[in-house]
Amino acid sequence: MNSALQPLDEGLPPAELAARHGLSVSGARPALPEYVRRLWGRRHFVVAFSSAKLTAQYSQAKLGQIWQLVTPLLNAAVYYLIFGLILGTRRGIPHDVFIPFLVTGVFIFNFTQSSVTAGVRAISGNLGLVRALHFPRAALPVSFALQQLQQLLYSMVILVVVAIAFGSYPGPRWVLALPALALQFVFNVGLTMIMARLGSRTPDFAQLMPFVLRTWMYASGVMYSIPVMLEGKPEWIKVALQHNPLAVYMDLVRYALIHGYGADNLPAHIWLYGLGWAVLLGVAGFIYFWKAEEQYGRG
Amino acid sequence: MADISLDKPDAEERVPTVIADDVHIVYRVNGGSRGRGSATAALSRIVRRDKSEPRGARKVHAVRGVTFTAYRGEAIGLIGSNGSGKSTLLRAIAGLLPPERGKVYTDGQPSLLGVNAALMNDLTGERNVILGGLAMGMSREEIKSRYQEIVDFSGINEKGDFITLPMRTYSSGMAARLRFSIAAAKNHDVLMIDEALATGDRKFQVRSEERIRELRKEAGTVFLVSHSNKSIRDTCDRVLWLEKGELLMDGPTEEVLKAYEKETGK
Repeated sequence: MNSALQPLDEGLPPAELAARHGLSVSGARPALPEYVRRLWGRRHFVVAFSSAKLTAQYSQAKLGQIWQLVTPLLNAAVYYLIFGLILGTRRGIPHDVFIPFLVTGVFIFNFTQSSVTAGVRAISGNLGLVRALHFPRAALPVSFALQQLQQLLYSMVILVVVAIAFGSYPGPRWVLALPALALQFVFNVGLTMIMARLGSRTPDFAQLMPFVLRTWMYASGVMYSIPVMLEGKPEWIKVALQHNPLAVYMDLVRYALIHGYGADNLPAHIWLYGLGWAVLLGVAGFIYFWKAEEQYGRG
Repeated sequence: MADISLDKPDAEERVPTVIADDVHIVYRVNGGSRGRGSATAALSRIVRRDKSEPRGARKVHAVRGVTFTAYRGEAIGLIGSNGSGKSTLLRAIAGLLPPERGKVYTDGQPSLLGVNAALMNDLTGERNVILGGLAMGMSREEIKSRYQEIVDFSGINEKGDFITLPMRTYSSGMAARLRFSIAAAKNHDVLMIDEALATGDRKFQVRSEERIRELRKEAGTVFLVSHSNKSIRDTCDRVLWLEKGELLMDGPTEEVLKAYEKETGK
């Protein structure tokens, strides 16, 4: 049947010739449902890539994978030294609550912080990969976010030890940490995708982000209690700080794990805020990233 | 649709698999600015803000208006001096680099032969085989079933149990052999091979050339970038000659190579 068409092919404009033989535009962006399907098809790659990155991180060190545990521990120790002992930001928090409070804050904040930092370089730092192989580009930011989740699980081991050491024993409330972390992970994935697209066009974001993140950290009550510290300040500042996504996720995990950190420390409807931030960033981030899918190789 | 006709090769019948229509590719390079690269120069560029140009970026027009149609069963060589846009054109055909202007139409998904970028030097050869296979879109089962084949082909384990050591401990020849073995494990519709793949010692070169021939047989259309006129003559029946991003000549291998050799003075 094709031979019958043959004479017609001569002198056809390329676009019509392509249409006649059912050729499609190379590298065109698939529709959103198809994109999700392809990404799901690459889930094994996403998981393998993220755990490979995690292993490669410490593979040259003598202590090897022990650093997965030691790094967050040292991190928490430094914050305790500065904020707990020297600056004394624990105002309004009993001593046996403050240490797990601070450690939770540091780990939860770090989870998002390192996802953002990795996200900025997810595409721009892997251009070789993007220009060599086919896969939905969303696989990269997702696997970087997943790498941070695996890192967080190591940190949680330390956190559990700290919580128990300061008198918070495992109870039914501990289960609440799981949905809280799941929501934060979705939030992180969305944020990582936004940063990946921004960083792919403008690598300068990698220089800017540390400052944005540090501001965010000090504003989220990692090492102090927002209601206590902002006593006497205008109400809207307190409300804004307490409902920012990181303060929300920190509070949720603290409430779950720390016995002395009761529901009275949480703003009302906090789970709704946690869910809202996750859905908002997750969906918006994914769509925002997908919109530029065919552009990522350009660099 | 056109697959049925594959069984009975017909001289009259030519099914296009890749159509490039006036393809232009432009790289934007930051930090390669003309003149002074100082902070003040960067600032003045920002202040001037030319809306049509991204700030501070310099454009490199790598491919300028290339048009051709490749048909099923063809093996096409790409020749030209260094920096003439051969590899860039391959990436555009594969849909990995978006063209600035023009379009590339393909039948199915063309793939570049190569996984270098997905592999990690700090991981063992073993994990790299799995990671590379997954990156190329193979399933876990597929990799498992071909794992031994890949390792044997690379010959990595001929001198001891190297596959369980990190890739950074390999000699450059060994690493190149493993990379090739992983890349060549998958079959492709439209296959694109960039030169210098057949690295390693003589024995491995012979083996990898044989494997490329096998892949060629299974693929519908093959593109080969090479600086070796001999390997182009051996494998290709049509040659595209690129120079400074423009298609200088497109025709049967002998004809184009003769003109090319005359030009380069060989």
